[in-house]
Amino acid sequence: MTEAVIQARGLVRKFGDFTAIDGLDLTVEPGIIYGFLGPNGSGKTTAIRLLTGLLAPTEGEVTVLGHRLPQAAEALKREIGYMTQRFSLYGDLTVRENLKFMARIHGLSGSETRRRIDELLAVYGLDRLTGQLAGSMSGGQRQRLALAAAVLHRPRLLFLDEPTSAVDPENRRDFWEQLFDLCAAGASILVSTHYMDEAERCHKLAILQSGRKRADDAPQALMASMGGRVVELAGADLRQVKQQLISLPQVRSAAQLGSRLRILVDRQQPDPVAWLLAQPGCEGLHDGVEVRPSLEDVFVMRTAGARRQ
Amino acid sequence: MKGLRRIWAVLAKELMQLRRDRMTFAMVIMIPLIQLVLFGYAINNRVRDLPVAVVDQSQTGLSRALIQSVIATQVVEVVSRGVDLAEGQAALTEGRVRAVLIIPPDVDDRLARHSVAGLSTPASSDEPLSRPIAQWLVDGSDNVVAGAIQSLRSMPLPDLFRQSSLHTVPTFEVTLLYNPEQRTAVNIVPGLVGVILTMTMILFTSLAIVREQERGNMEMLITTPIHPLELMLGKIIPYIFVGLLQTGIILGLGRVLFRIPLGGSALDLLVITLLFIAASLVLGLLISTLAKSQLQAMQMTVFILLPSILLSGFMFPYEGMPVAAQIIAEALPATHFMRCIRGVLLRQAELGDLVPDLIWLGVFTLAGLLLASMRFRKTLD
Repeated sequence: MTEAVIQARGLVRKFGDFTAIDGLDLTVEPGIIYGFLGPNGSGKTTAIRLLTGLLAPTEGEVTVLGHRLPQAAEALKREIGYMTQRFSLYGDLTVRENLKFMARIHGLSGSETRRRIDELLAVYGLDRLTGQLAGSMSGGQRQRLALAAAVLHRPRLLFLDEPTSAVDPENRRDFWEQLFDLCAAGASILVSTHYMDEAERCHKLAILQSGRKRADDAPQALMASMGGRVVELAGADLRQVKQQLISLPQVRSAAQLGSRLRILVDRQQPDPVAWLLAQPGCEGLHDGVEVRPSLEDVFVMRTAGARRQ
Repeated sequence: MKGLRRIWAVLAKELMQLRRDRMTFAMVIMIPLIQLVLFGYAINNRVRDLPVAVVDQSQTGLSRALIQSVIATQVVEVVSRGVDLAEGQAALTEGRVRAVLIIPPDVDDRLARHSVAGLSTPASSDEPLSRPIAQWLVDGSDNVVAGAIQSLRSMPLPDLFRQSSLHTVPTFEVTLLYNPEQRTAVNIVPGLVGVILTMTMILFTSLAIVREQERGNMEMLITTPIHPLELMLGKIIPYIFVGLLQTGIILGLGRVLFRIPLGGSALDLLVITLLFIAASLVLGLLISTLAKSQLQAMQMTVFILLPSILLSGFMFPYEGMPVAAQIIAEALPATHFMRCIRGVLLRQAELGDLVPDLIWLGVFTLAGLLLASMRFRKTLD
């Protein structure tokens, strides 16, 4: 196996009394898109800041691209690209001016700068917007510009912090296509998100909650090894039925989808549909089927325990 | 009624935000408190202990008695004695003294014939008799200083003669150098360069960095290989040209509108202005590493600006301030610049005459730049 691009052991970061990251172990292999999935406040941004050397860990060891952090943070900065959660280029500069600025900061020569910028403008569909002020662009355009700026110096490792939070679904699809292109060209990517559909696209995924890693594996493996089964049922008075069901210890969660109820049941139940219909108050339910678990189900299974504590 | 409730909603929200912004809250209290105490004591138009040099060309008992009675007025303090005329004038140009008292070789003769000797009032046509007994050369660029020395012109000399007398003939002849017409603008306009540069240079740089922090640009910048010193230098160099442009506007207009003399060499003027701009920009950088918002940066700028106007010698002479205020004034770049630019423009001083002030500005700039780039960390801790 090739050497991991990110290797973290027992990473802890405290802000005063608050522990934002609590004992994080992480191994990211090169050439993949690795996802951080977690709700707001789960420590995704703090984890990325620790891995980019922007924050020093309170405890633990991190090695990124062979650089020990925080000591070698400056050397690491030459080799990584970082796209912040908030748009952090200059709203009062044009697309080309922003890219030129970043190229100079990264020390690209004049002719190299021009060639690289023209290339990026074409790849990210910004060639018709070169003279536009970044502040006046749409969310999707701004996000493409931010990505172009982050990869300008051809980093080996790219950190993207919730890159698609201000972007519509179509732009989101295109954006992921571009990420796979970068990945195919040899870059490793770490991306944080709270969208399940995005997380499902990652090669590998870590589920974070309250600063801890609850699970990590390929999305398919996570779904396959989930300790529960998923049943969908139709019926009336679903609000009441749901209240009743979630009080049962075997039921991990229940969520309403229009006129259907999606219920997560412990794996131990041999026939979950029949078992559910036998429960008191569930007589009116019908059309029960067991369905394939989604990543959201995995997420609920893995994090529900912690939430009940 | 609903309107009132909405006003109350906004008002209550403002107070809550003000209470959480500790820095602003501290400024609300500190600015009036400190500034009142400081300026209440510091602002003083009655100057005492003006530094002067004495050129005693007669070296007699009478001349020494004359010096003693001048010192007894407490208006002046003799900081340099036993110098010749050229040395005295050099000290005036360098700004080490504000005036030079020249006692002529025939001071005994002049005193004996002077009206204060009580013989009789000499006829104005009697030239030898109507001569003053000694002469003051005064740096007249500051009206207050000039006024203080002029008040000595008809100083009675009771200690010398044990009697008061008519004094239709002045004791001293006072020669006002550099601003003989006593026009305020001559002194104010060069000083204004210092005040305006203090204001704009500090504000520009302090805002420039804090703004990037507020807008989130800094988080991106610090993940790049840029070195803090590179960032700092890149931030301040453009404003050096802004500062020079402003200096040009003020002095050019001063020349046209107020006929300000622009003596001294242009190169000297450029050197001192550049040094002062650099010092002010560095001060702005320091503020930017302390302030957390643009509002705070603005308040801190005001905190520096007020003493730079009131204590730097721009409005009130340095000599009139108590020692505590003088110590604060010495720490401000504006004080040193005020001395330099007035020296060059009004007294035709050369760089060699202004060495202490220039050294201070240079050291301040380097130390500040070092401190600012040390304080600026490329982390979010």
